[in-house]
Amino acid sequence: MSSPAVAKEAVVIAATGERKPWLRPGELGGMLMLVPYILVFAAFVLYPVLYGLWLARHPASYATLIADPIFLRTVVNTLVFLVIAINVKMVLALLLSGFFMTPRWWIKVLALIFILPWALPSIPTILSVRFMLNPEWGIVNSTIFRLTLEDGPNWLNDPRLALTLAMLVHIWKALPFWTVILTAGRLAIPTELYEAAAIDGASAWQRFRFITWPSTRTLYLTCTLLSTIWTLGDFNSVYLLTGGGPADLTHVLATLGIRYLRLDQVDLYMAAVVCALPFVLPLVYFMTKRLSR
Amino acid sequence: MKLLTLRGVATEAKLLLIGIPVLLWTLLPIYHMVLFAISPKDTALSGALWPEHPTLHNFAVVFGEEHYYLSHFWRQLWNSFFIAVTTGVLTLFVATFAAFAISRLRVRGGRAVMNLALFTYLIPAAFLAVPMYRTMGVYGLLNNQWSLILAMVALASPYAIWVLKQASDKLPYELDEAAIVDGASQMQLFRLVYLPLMAPSLVAVGTYALILAWNEYLYAFLLLSRDTAIPLSVALGNFLAADDSPWELLMTTGLIYALPPAAIYFVFKRYMAVGLTVGAIKG
Repeated sequence: MSSPAVAKEAVVIAATGERKPWLRPGELGGMLMLVPYILVFAAFVLYPVLYGLWLARHPASYATLIADPIFLRTVVNTLVFLVIAINVKMVLALLLSGFFMTPRWWIKVLALIFILPWALPSIPTILSVRFMLNPEWGIVNSTIFRLTLEDGPNWLNDPRLALTLAMLVHIWKALPFWTVILTAGRLAIPTELYEAAAIDGASAWQRFRFITWPSTRTLYLTCTLLSTIWTLGDFNSVYLLTGGGPADLTHVLATLGIRYLRLDQVDLYMAAVVCALPFVLPLVYFMTKRLSR
Repeated sequence: MKLLTLRGVATEAKLLLIGIPVLLWTLLPIYHMVLFAISPKDTALSGALWPEHPTLHNFAVVFGEEHYYLSHFWRQLWNSFFIAVTTGVLTLFVATFAAFAISRLRVRGGRAVMNLALFTYLIPAAFLAVPMYRTMGVYGLLNNQWSLILAMVALASPYAIWVLKQASDKLPYELDEAAIVDGASQMQLFRLVYLPLMAPSLVAVGTYALILAWNEYLYAFLLLSRDTAIPLSVALGNFLAADDSPWELLMTTGLIYALPPAAIYFVFKRYMAVGLTVGAIKG
């Protein structure tokens, strides 16, 4: 306890002749209000986390994990997914935010349609994409055949192509959200800045470089970090499109759990998650600090 | 003058050059889903861009549960509804109390609880799915809808508490002081001052949790497997079990399943996650 606090308490005791009560009046009621969440947290977050860590306690699990070529492939896939999908998505969102700020009636209508991938649940839309890409009956290959009289590729049977398509699905789904956020951020930039720049004859690039970017930079970084965490947890885009296949070659960390669960090797998945923690936790800690201001 | 209009035309053309690809990109999978839903079985697989004889027959099949995959359609629709609404209500209950205690009463430990909640919000939910599945096994709740509801409440509450705390911090503190001077108890303060002022945020948070639970696939398919217990999301995934699945029926069911969250989204647009997050992370 810091000395001013001790001194203050001493004054309180001296003045009233009794110790300050441990609970302020009414504080017990307030603490009771936290109880439902604390119970939920303890039973359905803390316990599973500890249980997971306990499952990952054997060094042998890590040895088996490292020896599993699918795990190494998954790590590479996850990194590729994070680096490419997030950056493409965020840059597109930044560019499109400029487009959606243009005052036109039809752009307002388009903005409403544009949000649909975000507003609709993933399962039907991703399964729809999966069907579009079916090599025999899918609309994509039917169209390719009609135009070129040649068979299209077997899209989801090539691991690289399949992972690329999973990234595209992820971008399709998440792009509207980030575009809306960045648009809102840019709309908050005072228009006087742009008016002044126009008087000074600044080019479009100069306006972006010296007004838009400095004002959006922090938001863009925050969004990228948040998006990193969420993309890491994106199970649907990969699992519903490829199921991790062909031959388990398109798994990412989020879908790997299902594979090890099916193999009845849950300890391996928990070991994989533990391996990811040194990278994930600092990010989570940083974002917690940032969002709790 | 002529130069000006020329430049104007060029600008409009440039905008359209962005707008049209954006429109096609956005609508393609959705259009494909609708196309399947209104196509008869034989033309659905022909690769046509528009069916010659659009039909609502698929909807009749789905509503009549006239296919093996759909034999529990109404039950599963109800399950989705029940799980989503219960999650929404419970999340509101848990989060409103917590946010009130943290933000207005400023109880000791409130900050720590807020940080724990944010931490939970930021941990990718997929990482927690497998241990959650095992935990529910320990609790004996597997194949019980309460396992999914409680898991979803645990996943939805952190964001809910965070949003409510942000909104609650903005209410003037003098209101509380005035109410207390007038002799209001803590519960009266909560009920008569706090809840009415927070109504818009409460709608937002309840809707967020509801849609989160309705849309959930991973946790639902891990925790529930009985045909009469699963929500529609898992039922849709089950179509993939066989190669000869009736795609047109899957897409029809998918469309029905996708409509409620989309409708809710557009009705409550300004209260939704996007708007809330903008307010919170901007700046």
